[in-house]
Amino acid sequence: MQHVGADARVRVNLCVNGESHAVWVEPRTLLCDALRDACGLTGTHVGCEHGVCGACTVLLDGVAVRSCLLFAVQASGAEVWTVEGLADLPQGPALQQAFHEHHALQCGFCTPGVLMSAAELLARNPEVPEEEVVDVLSGHLCRCTGYTSIVQAVQSAAATVRESRGGDTVEPRNSV
Amino acid sequence: MGYLGQPLARLEDARLTSGQGRFIDDLRPLPNLHHAAILRSPYAHARIRSIRCDQALALPGVRAVVTGADAARWLKPFPVGVKVAAPYYPIAVDKVRYAGEPVAVVVADSRYTAEDALASIVVEYEPLPVVVDPELALSPEAPRLHEGLDSNLVHQRTFSYGDAARAFTEADVVIRHRFTFPKVHATPLETYGVIAHYQSSEDTYTVWSNFHGPFTLHSVMAAALQVPGNRLRVLVPQDVGGSYGNKSGVYPYMVLMAVVSRLAKVPVKWVEDRQEHLLASSTGTDRVTWIEAGFRRDGTLTGLRMRYIDNVGAYLRAPEPACLYRMHAALTGPYRVRDVEVEALAVVTNKCPTGLIRGYGGPQHCFPLERVMQMAAQELGLDAAEVVRRNLIRACEFPYTTPSGGVYDSGDYEQALARALERIDYAGWRQRQAEARAAGRYLGIGLACVVEPSGSNMGYIALAQTPAERERGLPKSGCAEAASVTVDPTGSVCVRFSTVPTGQGHETVAAQVVADALGIAPAAVRVITGMDSWTQPWTVASGSYSSRFAPIGANAVYRAAHQVREKLLQMAAHALGVPADALELRGGYAQVREQPDRRVSLQRLAGMAHWHPAGLPAGMEPGVSATAFFNLPTAQAPAADDTVNGSVTYGFVADAVLVEVDPETGRVQVLDYVTVHDAGRLLNPLLAEGQIRGGLACGLGQALYEELVYDATGQLLTGSFMDYLCPTSAELPPVQLDHIESPSPLTPLGAKGLGEGNVMSAPAALANAVADALEPLHVVIDKLPLTPAAVWQAIQAAKQRQPVEERVG
Amino acid sequence: MKPSSFDYYRPDNLEEALAALAEHGSDGKVLAGGQSLVPMLNMRLSAPACLIDINGLTELNYLRWSEGWLHIGALTRQRVLELDPHVRQRFPLLAEALPWIGHVQTRNRGTVGGSVVHADPTAELPLCLQALAGVAVLTSAQGQREVPLDSFFLTYMTTDLGPDELLTEVKVPIPATHQGWAFVEFSQRRGDFALVDVACLLQTDHHGRMTDVRLLVGGVDGVPLPLAEAEQLLTGECWGASLQAELQQLVAASVEPEADVHGSAEYKRHLAGVMACRAVQQAYRRAQDRRGVACNT
Repeated sequence: MQHVGADARVRVNLCVNGESHAVWVEPRTLLCDALRDACGLTGTHVGCEHGVCGACTVLLDGVAVRSCLLFAVQASGAEVWTVEGLADLPQGPALQQAFHEHHALQCGFCTPGVLMSAAELLARNPEVPEEEVVDVLSGHLCRCTGYTSIVQAVQSAAATVRESRGGDTVEPRNSV
Repeated sequence: MGYLGQPLARLEDARLTSGQGRFIDDLRPLPNLHHAAILRSPYAHARIRSIRCDQALALPGVRAVVTGADAARWLKPFPVGVKVAAPYYPIAVDKVRYAGEPVAVVVADSRYTAEDALASIVVEYEPLPVVVDPELALSPEAPRLHEGLDSNLVHQRTFSYGDAARAFTEADVVIRHRFTFPKVHATPLETYGVIAHYQSSEDTYTVWSNFHGPFTLHSVMAAALQVPGNRLRVLVPQDVGGSYGNKSGVYPYMVLMAVVSRLAKVPVKWVEDRQEHLLASSTGTDRVTWIEAGFRRDGTLTGLRMRYIDNVGAYLRAPEPACLYRMHAALTGPYRVRDVEVEALAVVTNKCPTGLIRGYGGPQHCFPLERVMQMAAQELGLDAAEVVRRNLIRACEFPYTTPSGGVYDSGDYEQALARALERIDYAGWRQRQAEARAAGRYLGIGLACVVEPSGSNMGYIALAQTPAERERGLPKSGCAEAASVTVDPTGSVCVRFSTVPTGQGHETVAAQVVADALGIAPAAVRVITGMDSWTQPWTVASGSYSSRFAPIGANAVYRAAHQVREKLLQMAAHALGVPADALELRGGYAQVREQPDRRVSLQRLAGMAHWHPAGLPAGMEPGVSATAFFNLPTAQAPAADDTVNGSVTYGFVADAVLVEVDPETGRVQVLDYVTVHDAGRLLNPLLAEGQIRGGLACGLGQALYEELVYDATGQLLTGSFMDYLCPTSAELPPVQLDHIESPSPLTPLGAKGLGEGNVMSAPAALANAVADALEPLHVVIDKLPLTPAAVWQAIQAAKQRQPVEERVG
Repeated sequence: MKPSSFDYYRPDNLEEALAALAEHGSDGKVLAGGQSLVPMLNMRLSAPACLIDINGLTELNYLRWSEGWLHIGALTRQRVLELDPHVRQRFPLLAEALPWIGHVQTRNRGTVGGSVVHADPTAELPLCLQALAGVAVLTSAQGQREVPLDSFFLTYMTTDLGPDELLTEVKVPIPATHQGWAFVEFSQRRGDFALVDVACLLQTDHHGRMTDVRLLVGGVDGVPLPLAEAEQLLTGECWGASLQAELQQLVAASVEPEADVHGSAEYKRHLAGVMACRAVQQAYRRAQDRRGVACNT
């Protein structure tokens, strides 16, 4: 059983965007703070620290979670993905381009979290209907856009992902 | 065709979608940076008997604890626009006057440690009676907040234009009603952040913050710190995570952390948390409005009387009481009424102090005004749209001078309203509404027509002073903004300006302006945002507020770019041996318009200006750079008769909204929302749409969800994002947008602001729609937000008012 | 908003976890999904001396079907339960309720056990699992006991769980296939805490009369509140307008909600009646549909 004393620091190996970061943290250090301060990955933003606004959302083993509701020690051994690594995900560039084209961001503070939730959504289901996009995005507060453009951007990126996957799936079918 | 007017996607986006933005919390500009946490008062009103910090100071990692008494040694109270003996410091000195007021600051090696130490500070309070309601605060028995004052009334002025008394005698019907507008919060997703450093060798404060102006507040901060302006260096990072006015209110914390750095002798970083932000940053102003409106039988509005009571919270803090006056030039809204009286009061209570917020003063003003237009229609048995239309200023009347001095520069209000009615199918829905009512369903249609001022004239704030007081001081006017455009020796272009964007896309639009002026691609223009008060041109009016980029900031860029253009053309004319007016700038070249192969590249021209000044035309300075200050002569100081043109451009918004109300639960469902804007020339339609949709979402929030609720002891009950309800994607209704374009004749670009109008219109439009839906139940809608509980309560109140027989009938 | 320091224990298996609880249970908290606990820690509304992180207990992450029961391991993420096709099919009440819990991003992490132990009286899972006659399986170093959820929730955020015990499983009897069900919730925004939520299960006989009625309301008491009188009122009756009026009144009269910033006690009492009727009507319709009876209500 792992035990870390309240005032002790522990070395945690965080795997973020495929890179290993050995960082020293207290047990209470929030994952969002470890990412920003210890790993230097300031793309993950902290908006409320009580799990409502969604700005700090990252992927933990492929699912979107609030990094303000996790301690860094808990992410040891897991694969964390942040907005800095978004472009390296298969659906990342399509999302970035769609957000740009649809003007789905203004101040850009909520955007990293929104993008990571959208990345999970498109990885799971690029056939996603609009209601589900709206539902997933309801886990994020944005005070700039009024959301419409974000919904459109995610749908547009989904279409791009579908097209590219369509291309992929044709080949195996032919080979069978 | 140029780049302006095109829906160009933003240059800002790439960094923000890849985690490469630079926000205040991302900066570590100095070594030995320490972290601050603020101890805040649990009481809304109490005397501070003592503060003991020794235990906190003894904790490992704690560097300093600063109390109000410590800080006050280096501070003067913040100046404010009106003389009032209610000194305001950024930290409580002997008394706390709202729950959440700073009481002490801990500086430690980490934020975690600093927060730990807060619990070890022992403060002895003597609780005092509390008042949070602005009308109760005016009663002689009310607890008094400030010892230097004999009441909680901190400001009062009356204004009269035309002859309201006569207008009311001519009215067939007078609507009198009391409306309340709630205290709301802009809640940008990024909270306040400050990094402050006092350098003793220079006796200079350097403060990084996500502050966006107005830079009038730079003078206010310097005065509080008792330094000349050049010893308070203010820097704003490239990216600011939203503001909607809110972040102008970070200035007290900039001063506080500046002093804390001085006392702790280390650079200090403080990032506000969300609870602090909701509790103690800066909020909208809750207002009670008593309104009287006289109408003739045909629906003509003859006269208006309004009594505003603004609750400015615990301190009258600059730029308050300006909320009372932001809409003053547009008091009569889009209507032709000439006779109007206003009494404006500002009251202090035990709530968080107020300040700028999207639509500043507009929602509070439009809600009662637009409600009485509909109430009059109901009273007179007329169609609401007809009453509104009958009173609108006609297209042929522009420029139109309002009774209170506003000069509406252009518009076609009737066309915009007609477009809104058509887009929502007003006539069709009136029919369907009747059918729905017969079937026991409650559909309602609400309208709001709103004049949207943009580009504030600094002079309007001086209305808070009497003409005699103004006479004695330095007159205030103007709306100036600065920009500079520079071509470096490689021929590439940099632009700087001081509008301090917070997400609006100023970089992109500035690049469009410069690209058009210099004949290059927008992506080739490097626009440097952020702010450094030491190195950038700026004025008191600089900043990101009152939608001033489109009418003013962009024009400053335009002026600077055109000065550079002129110089390049002169140089090219000299080089090519043709008159300058035969040349054009296109594709990175200056070329002869009729003979494009006779050309010289911008790169060569720039090289010449930097490397070979001797080759320039006689008398021409080396380098290629221009700085322009753009101002409009219509931004005059208030006149002796208290008229003022409070803004330089005036757009228009016509909203039509369709709702259904579930009378069993009180839930309001928005079925359709149409908003038609006239913002003059659209500089970038993609960005314009973003601004409108964002503003509308805020307006919808204020109408249906958002309120900072305090209990009678002054405790904030909505202090987290679980209770302060910002709309999410699931709450946003379908919205149809439309535009008409009446360019402003006053500016080279013809554009007006458009991001604030729907914050003003949506609460009014939705309130009208709900009132319309529930008209058969005689429900009165005079407060916001229209939460399910509030709507249900209003229905119950109506039932109790109605005699039983009528209810049955 | 940073949490206070705490001792951190991360047991690798149940045995270690129970040992840690036996030693530190009284001054510590179990950390499962953390979606309710960590906000309270960040706000310093809670400052336990130690946290026992059970996320390493993979043996508590399961859905098992056996002899008329669904066994839900306490560490099962809410999202996993939501997306499970068998759960959707056999427990449509849960399928209807799960999307109302917070947001996808919190359900990805939040656990079934965590929600049950947190015992928020507005929460969807405690309400529905209790409606389904779920049983909490509590394990300590001393052994195991089973407590029906009907008696597990004691009052506001308080349960029968001992300081040395761990909720290891919630087991739920698999309902009859012809059961009608409904979960309705009234909240201001998507994902908000419920002002009122109602779970209803019932069957109908061949005359369309209701039997086996289960009706619970959340948000109006310290615990999910079974409405026994209302269940009696409905039993043996066909759904219709007069019954609806009677039910609404009865439910409103049977609850004593507390006012908060989102609604007065009077409003919530009224809302409980309205929502109960909507739930029963929906459940009744579905029961009739499942029987293949056309329903005119």
